[in-house]
Amino acid sequence: MSGASADAGAGDGGPVLKVEGLKAYYRTRHFGSAREVRAVDGVSFEVRANEIYGLAGESSSGKSTLIKAVAAALRPPLEVVAGTVTLSFLGTDKSIHQATAAELAALRWRKLSYIMQGSMSVLNPVRRVRRSFEDFAGRHLGRNAGFKARVLEHLALVGLEAAVLDAYPHELSGGMRQRVSIALASICRPDLIIADEPTTALDVVVQKEVLDMLRQLQRQMRSSLLLVTHDLGVHAYLTDRLAIMYGGRLVEEAPTATLFRQPQHPYARHLIASLPRIGDDREMGSLPGSPPNLAEPPSGCRFHPRCPLAQDRCRREVPVMTAIAPAHKVACFAVGGHA
Amino acid sequence: MVPLLALTHVDKSFGGGLWRRRRVAAVVDVSFSLPGSAPEILTIVGQSGSGKSTLARLILGLERPTAGSLSLMGEDIGQLSRRHRRRFMGLVQPIFQNPFEAFNPLRHLDHYLFLTARRFGGARDFAAAQDLTAVALMKVGLSLSEVARRYPHELSGGQLQRLAIARALLAKPRLIVADEPVSMLDASLRMAVVTLFKTLRSELGISIIYITHDLATAYVVSDRILILRRGQVVESGDARQVLGAPQHPYSRQLKDAVLVPPAATAAARAPSR
Amino acid sequence: MLATVRDLFNYNRQFRLGAILVAAVAGMAALSLASPYPPLDTFVVAPDLPPSLAHPFGTTSRGQDVFWHLSFAIRNTLLFGIVVALMSRVLALAIGLIAGYKGGWLDRLLMAINDTFIAIPLFPILVLVYFVLREAMSWAVLAGIMALLGWAYDARLIRALALSLKTRDFTHTGIFSGMSTRELLVREHLPYVLPIVFATSMNNMNWSIGLEVTLSVLGFTDINSPTVGGMIYWANQHTALVAGVWWWIAFPVLLLVALFIGLFLLAISMNEHIDPRSRLARIGAGGGA
Repeated sequence: MSGASADAGAGDGGPVLKVEGLKAYYRTRHFGSAREVRAVDGVSFEVRANEIYGLAGESSSGKSTLIKAVAAALRPPLEVVAGTVTLSFLGTDKSIHQATAAELAALRWRKLSYIMQGSMSVLNPVRRVRRSFEDFAGRHLGRNAGFKARVLEHLALVGLEAAVLDAYPHELSGGMRQRVSIALASICRPDLIIADEPTTALDVVVQKEVLDMLRQLQRQMRSSLLLVTHDLGVHAYLTDRLAIMYGGRLVEEAPTATLFRQPQHPYARHLIASLPRIGDDREMGSLPGSPPNLAEPPSGCRFHPRCPLAQDRCRREVPVMTAIAPAHKVACFAVGGHA
Repeated sequence: MVPLLALTHVDKSFGGGLWRRRRVAAVVDVSFSLPGSAPEILTIVGQSGSGKSTLARLILGLERPTAGSLSLMGEDIGQLSRRHRRRFMGLVQPIFQNPFEAFNPLRHLDHYLFLTARRFGGARDFAAAQDLTAVALMKVGLSLSEVARRYPHELSGGQLQRLAIARALLAKPRLIVADEPVSMLDASLRMAVVTLFKTLRSELGISIIYITHDLATAYVVSDRILILRRGQVVESGDARQVLGAPQHPYSRQLKDAVLVPPAATAAARAPSR
Repeated sequence: MLATVRDLFNYNRQFRLGAILVAAVAGMAALSLASPYPPLDTFVVAPDLPPSLAHPFGTTSRGQDVFWHLSFAIRNTLLFGIVVALMSRVLALAIGLIAGYKGGWLDRLLMAINDTFIAIPLFPILVLVYFVLREAMSWAVLAGIMALLGWAYDARLIRALALSLKTRDFTHTGIFSGMSTRELLVREHLPYVLPIVFATSMNNMNWSIGLEVTLSVLGFTDINSPTVGGMIYWANQHTALVAGVWWWIAFPVLLLVALFIGLFLLAISMNEHIDPRSRLARIGAGGGA
């Protein structure tokens, strides 16, 4: 049921993606006044080979900005202010933001690909699906005799029939379009796939099918998957390890089953405890306050205004992710075992 | 006793007519009623394309049914005169899915509250409207100082939805129709809004029609439940029973597809303030 | 509102330049009140004098001081443009809003009429009207006809806006808060509609003044009351360019070009300003994180 980390071979090998101290801000000028939105403010984590790593966060957590920064899809007013993003296939000495345009073009789609939110818009509505495959994958794989066979083989892997190639996007259901997007993103067998809310727009029944397919695909191709979504149910179902993001920083990271069974950070605890379940009749408390304003974030720990365990220290200092168990990290003074 | 709301064989389809386009049947032969004697929370569960939003618009009087009738406190909604329409709007109030769209982004939020207080809430002047507003806001856990002279983008989605509920309350309604009120909210804010509905029912005697695609929140809040598929009701009844042991194959399919995360151990439950 | 104008002036180069140009032209028009020579008199000064200190823009072959005569001309031309813009805005707003909100058969009828007006070839119609009316063709009549021809494009624009506003959730919130239709239109929707009206007014003025100048140059208007086009007409009648009296044509044209460019710059700088996304950014709503 959960993304069992007991699966043989899950999470073996060195990191495919390593993010260290990443800070990415939006800097705007309007009529003379400058504004700085600190969307990602010091994030460090790594994604290992052959694993599904989840990043959970709500609105104002900064996760959408984090994806843009990791995929080097930056445009003003978004700037990387500090930190590095290194990929194993780019050489560990260079951050992706220092790569040249030619290097980026070489690794996009073949080594690093991206499943977008609302993937319906990825497919050109006036072209048949076959054309999208030729445009995207043909360039990287070479349009030779083997290309067509490979496309068909890959479609079968994601549970689609060959007839899909001849259809226009609007003739397909939402679930099928999402499968096409996933097929496009994975056909070149990239080392890292970033999935941004891949099932949010889908019905509950279709969502489960797509998630099953995604897990099977990952296991078979042994790519790494960075899954970003606010839906904790999806994380529980699919990921091997999970990190929770709040106010531009990570607050807790652990193997998925451990995080759900024993969350430590007060925010993570509330989030997981307040998940509604069928058959659960307990009364849930609510979290006071509202998500932080990233243009004027709270000082010290971003969560302290809403935290039931807040101390004076939390307002003055920023807690750092500290290991409380071999694979379990928390950024909290009350829980993290800081001196 | 006259039922609060009664739908009888309601159909709604779009398209067709002069240009012979394909007719889309959004709602097919739906019948149910809300009793007038005791308030209850009725949840309508459906995925996209099930017709649940169309049903909400029919109940709010924003659309007319193609066949069948909807009656509110005995009066047919489709046949209302303009004066009666005004009275009707006081009785049924909406909560919309997108809290940021529910209010004009270029205007202050409080003017909707004061206006509702004066038009439907019985306030005679501005001071009275302010008093009524402050009371309604307190019921949803907000204060007048938090929202006075603010624009929608200055509040979070959860605060805006609660403000929308406060505005609805000011009209002294008998029925609130909430169309996916929490699907655009963060998970940590959802429960606050959803439990608020329970309070409205128990303490203020307001019936609520809660429309959602999410079975888990439906379980937490509903008294009765209706499962909608392609415009038709496939199963209905007491919420606990239907969700606990669904009978219809589609209901079973829905329940099986719900992703259930592992439960936290007792020691790790959220500490309370 | 004043703060917005001041901010625009300080930070938006296009707006600044446009505002300065239009202000200069309007200032020239205001100066007509101080003119030492009545506008319709001829041979009040020595003819064909080049620009000098006594006559900054020179004099015409008809014995008029170009500078002071131009001040009257530009005043009449500007007034004409403003009146046409106003009248056609009212028409465009009324028809666009009614068609958009009411929908149904009324919408179809109004848009059918709208499309007819768009398809009408303006210039031949105006020439035809002149030949029918001749002496009876006054500025008021011309302004009225231009207003009747100038509402069609913008009515469709406003109708599109009305259609989209009608279905937005906040309109429904307003209805369920007890707003009457009048209140909805004025309080909720006008902030979205008015900026478009302002921007299209500038374009409309350029259009109507351009047409008026064309007609006047050809002599198809009342050439006795002074307008910019009328000055060019008389200059052509006296073959001014051939005779070397270049200042008679140059200064009216220069002033007209300044007006056109000024209005155009105002229109495009306002367009960027009224875009709802940039408005929200200014009042503080940020991009998503």
